[in-house]
Amino acid sequence: MMKVVHYINQFFGQIGGEEKADITPQLHEGVVGPGMALKNAFKGEADIVATIICGDSYFAEHQEEATKTILDMIKKYNPDVFVAGPAFNAGRYGTACGAVCKAVKEALNIPVVTGMYIENPGVDLYKKDAYIVLTKNSAVGMREAVPKMAKLALKLAKGEPMGSPQEEGYIPRGIRKNYIADERGSKRAVDMLVKKVNGEKFETEFEMPSFDRVAPNPPVKDITKAKIALVTSGGIVPKGNPDRIESSSASKFGKYDIDGVYDLTEATYETAHGGYDPTYANADADRVLPVDVLRDLEKEGKIGSLHRYYYATVGNGTAVASAKKFGAAIAKELIADGVDAVILTST
Amino acid sequence: MVKEIERAGLPVVHMCTIVPISKTVGANRIVPTVAIPHPLGNPNLSKEDEKELRRKLVLKALKALQTPIKDQTVFED
Repeated sequence: MMKVVHYINQFFGQIGGEEKADITPQLHEGVVGPGMALKNAFKGEADIVATIICGDSYFAEHQEEATKTILDMIKKYNPDVFVAGPAFNAGRYGTACGAVCKAVKEALNIPVVTGMYIENPGVDLYKKDAYIVLTKNSAVGMREAVPKMAKLALKLAKGEPMGSPQEEGYIPRGIRKNYIADERGSKRAVDMLVKKVNGEKFETEFEMPSFDRVAPNPPVKDITKAKIALVTSGGIVPKGNPDRIESSSASKFGKYDIDGVYDLTEATYETAHGGYDPTYANADADRVLPVDVLRDLEKEGKIGSLHRYYYATVGNGTAVASAKKFGAAIAKELIADGVDAVILTST
Repeated sequence: MVKEIERAGLPVVHMCTIVPISKTVGANRIVPTVAIPHPLGNPNLSKEDEKELRRKLVLKALKALQTPIKDQTVFED
């Protein structure tokens, strides 16, 4: 029977939610949480010998240390394959799954499989390093993801040849494989072109990577005269969340007047974000949105002024398309208001 | 959001804890912060020390905004 070690976060490890996101790596013999479904999907061909659970925030904040500890834990089991997640659209979790997979592959030369939603930041960071099965954006997709991950894991453990991303359901890794095609290239290209002209669906043989980079703007010339605006994806809102910004998958952003506000206090501000432990931000929202310090710097003449409004949304599983829309709309208003530069804080 | 603000023509500094994610989304001026639930604070410090820590980070962000750069730059100490 082949051996598998499984990595999951504190939530799927049934330890707790955001209040437990800072736990250090823990080793459990056998199966925990979603490992049960994974084990069943192996249909007796492989067994999960150990499960490693680590808090998402702990991993993100101590990546090097955490990776080292986790590698040591995995080593002694000498598994045939390593599985992480699936992480769906959870950003820290996806990044952790990807980073651990990469380390396991590089340091221990054990094949690795994980699962994520296409917009998970872990995809862009680690798709070249691991087989990442494409999943839905939430745990609703668990039932669909697990058999695909199990199938891939078994194949890798057995050393069987891997099919194309389309056949196997993983995210393309940028690996090219030679094969003998039935038809020659010119014919295939013309066929594709005809389909394209006719508006029919066709599949390219070489996906072009899409790089969307924006060049940095020139710096602020005189910061002591500049109007600085604050924007945050950390969900800081006036107490009571008047715009009802969603705690995850936010559909909107808020614009809040801070004229005459010198300090964000427990009584006046809070966070609407559902993706991190809110204790610290609720006690003092300046920890996410530094209004107090910027007011001091304004008074001291170190900046021209702090813009009268700040903008906030919740960056938690928020669709990239929504974030793009928010960013563009916010920028338009800031420019119209004569803002010179922006500090954007994220949790 | 950072990228769209930059695209619109405003210099922007991203203050965040998970620098790799910030790089992936395409922020150009990046200032690493303390921790995910309290990027600009540290509840283990006294009120005064915590505010001093925050002030240092904000000053670093302001410095980033005044620095000419060509590529993505992480402003460490």
